[in-house]
Amino acid sequence: MKKLLTLSLVILLIFSLTACQTNTPAPAPAPTEETPAEETPADETPAEEPAPAGEKISVGLVTDTGGIDDKSFNQGTWEGVVRYAEEKGLVLNEDYSFLQSISDADYIPNLSQFADQEVDLIVAAGFLFEKAIQEIATNYPDQKILFIDAVVDAPNVMNAVFAEHEGSFLVGVAAALKAQEAGKNMVGFVGGADFELIQRFEAGFEQGVKMVDPDMEIVIQYASGFDKAEEGQSLATKMFDDGCYVIYHAAGGTGNGVIKEAKDRATEGQDVWVIGVDKDQYEEGFYGDGSKSVILTSMLKAVDEAAYVAAKSVEDGTFQGGIHMFDLKANGVRIPEENPNLTDEWVQKINEFAEKIKNGEIEVDPVPSRVKGN
Amino acid sequence: MKKSFKNNQLVLSLVAVLASFLVAILVMMLTGLNPLHFFVALIRTFSGYDVLRGNFNPRYIGEFLQTSLPLILTGLSIGFAFRTGMFNIGAEGQVIMGSLGAVCVGILFDLPIFIHLPLAVLTAALFGALWAAIPGILKAKFGVHEVVVTIMLNYTALYLSAYVLKLLPGSDNQKTVDIASTALLRSDFLRSITSNSRLHWGFIVVILSILVFRFIIDKTTFGYELRAVGFNPSASEYAGIKVNSRIVYAMIISGAFAGLAGAMLSLGTFDYGRVMFHFENYGFDGISVALLGGNTGLGILLSGLLFGILKSSQTMMQSLGIPLEIVNIVSGLIILFVAMQYGIQALLSRFSKGKEREDGSV
Repeated sequence: MKKLLTLSLVILLIFSLTACQTNTPAPAPAPTEETPAEETPADETPAEEPAPAGEKISVGLVTDTGGIDDKSFNQGTWEGVVRYAEEKGLVLNEDYSFLQSISDADYIPNLSQFADQEVDLIVAAGFLFEKAIQEIATNYPDQKILFIDAVVDAPNVMNAVFAEHEGSFLVGVAAALKAQEAGKNMVGFVGGADFELIQRFEAGFEQGVKMVDPDMEIVIQYASGFDKAEEGQSLATKMFDDGCYVIYHAAGGTGNGVIKEAKDRATEGQDVWVIGVDKDQYEEGFYGDGSKSVILTSMLKAVDEAAYVAAKSVEDGTFQGGIHMFDLKANGVRIPEENPNLTDEWVQKINEFAEKIKNGEIEVDPVPSRVKGN
Repeated sequence: MKKSFKNNQLVLSLVAVLASFLVAILVMMLTGLNPLHFFVALIRTFSGYDVLRGNFNPRYIGEFLQTSLPLILTGLSIGFAFRTGMFNIGAEGQVIMGSLGAVCVGILFDLPIFIHLPLAVLTAALFGALWAAIPGILKAKFGVHEVVVTIMLNYTALYLSAYVLKLLPGSDNQKTVDIASTALLRSDFLRSITSNSRLHWGFIVVILSILVFRFIIDKTTFGYELRAVGFNPSASEYAGIKVNSRIVYAMIISGAFAGLAGAMLSLGTFDYGRVMFHFENYGFDGISVALLGGNTGLGILLSGLLFGILKSSQTMMQSLGIPLEIVNIVSGLIILFVAMQYGIQALLSRFSKGKEREDGSV
């Protein structure tokens, strides 16, 4: 019995070893990729020299607990860093790198790590970082920091905020045009939580719709959070039942429930639409055989643009603390390049409105009429 | 006999740690990583010294100590329950409740520091103790197994604390307002000597807790009874020990340690209450700490520091190109090897017996 056990263990061991060996050719390229990483510590010194204009700069990004591949802010911001780095020929893990946070207790150590390495620019996205950025900005007053989508008031922190109302205006136009085409008279808005930031989405959408058709009815609903997909779905059920044709959601994960409800209805042959938010959500709206999507268009927040611009400003020596508004003019908010569900004519119309907003002909109010009325 | 057992425990733990490092080296070599960087990162994390570049930064020492504090306390919590034969899986929930208690006192009261701070810390211990008393009482009165109850209470604690924290004045969906500075363990002095790490006065609480742990277990009749119940409840009952009440007391003390760990987090590491919807595993890590530490005060201190190093090494690991998972592999392997201790023990004793026999024959 004992011998049998020993024998089987030995076989298992040999098997696992050979299994590892057969695997070795596969990860073989990994070491070569890893080589720059291994040399990082020795080559970190160039990062410590101040970067004169036009010279190579170093960038470090810290993710929140969502990780680098969260399909949201972290990933988007990193894409901006990568775009800049590739243009300048920076080397991954040498000139630019990221640190992922396992828990929120890691934010400060990770940010400090980059600050101690004296990278030229530290990037972090999302209001979860607020406290940590405050702390780092005080501890390292000479460290340049880009903070995306939230505000910390410090001279060395550049806060990238977005003109969500301007982007929402454009998708409001799209919603109204689509509804007019179908002869419908009602569109809807679902917000994640009723506070100032999300009200900007509501305000822009409202004004965009009214610009096309002043008589269009707009149903406004707010959920109790950004992670409540079921609540989003039940709100959408009611709104679609009441006759809404297009729903614009600014509700993160809650919005996934809205999209799901629309997909369910579209699969059954109903004609309903959803407008996505933050990134191009077209693929999330696929239904049936995956050739059609319920996503009419999306309101993009170009966090990558903010990362790119900030890195560039560090390179040029024009980096400045304070609030930097990424609006239509700065390409901070926009609709996707490709909109399979919009006609060319509509896209042209939307672009015309975009031009008018850019040159100041139309001014979008960030406060919804509902709030102003109070 | 007793002495050899203690030495044995130390040897077993060291063997477990060394063996897991060896396996980790193997894994790194097989995946094309440089194992040296793993050790460079570890050394940097606990000594602040950068072997590759030769500079020194005390922030790393402060951060690693700061990370160890709650781990040592949850280790004490679980170790104490183990000694009484109870498996307190609920340390996670007791940490959360302790943290909640500390935050409530810290935000709602306005007192001078020498009352406010102790009150906040003691409230954390009290909340943890009360939360642990529930499974203790259920076990003593109705024989409900503590593992089932504590696991379920973890979730209850998580969502209850999220609910209460949101009710506090000024809270948003993510966090509460800042805790009054009079209730914080934060220390500008400790920060200044560790170049702005988050090291805080909580280490005094941890040292006191270790002393209390050792005193209760080793020096009091009560502790003796607890241990007796742990070794053999039936014999203890026959010997006249009130087993049921001892079970409740053991859980209460165990919970108090875990509650203190919550105070370390909310009054030390952070200075606000965090509305959470997932576990942070301080309680579960405490199981590893207690197991590796052999459920003794000193052992838990050492293993808590080791796990603190591993946990806080993640920043250095990442910047040296070692994936986060390697550290998880090491922590997991340590527990695996500790769990295999009977096997290792058998090997060791066979080895030493063989030696003795040789000696005898000569």
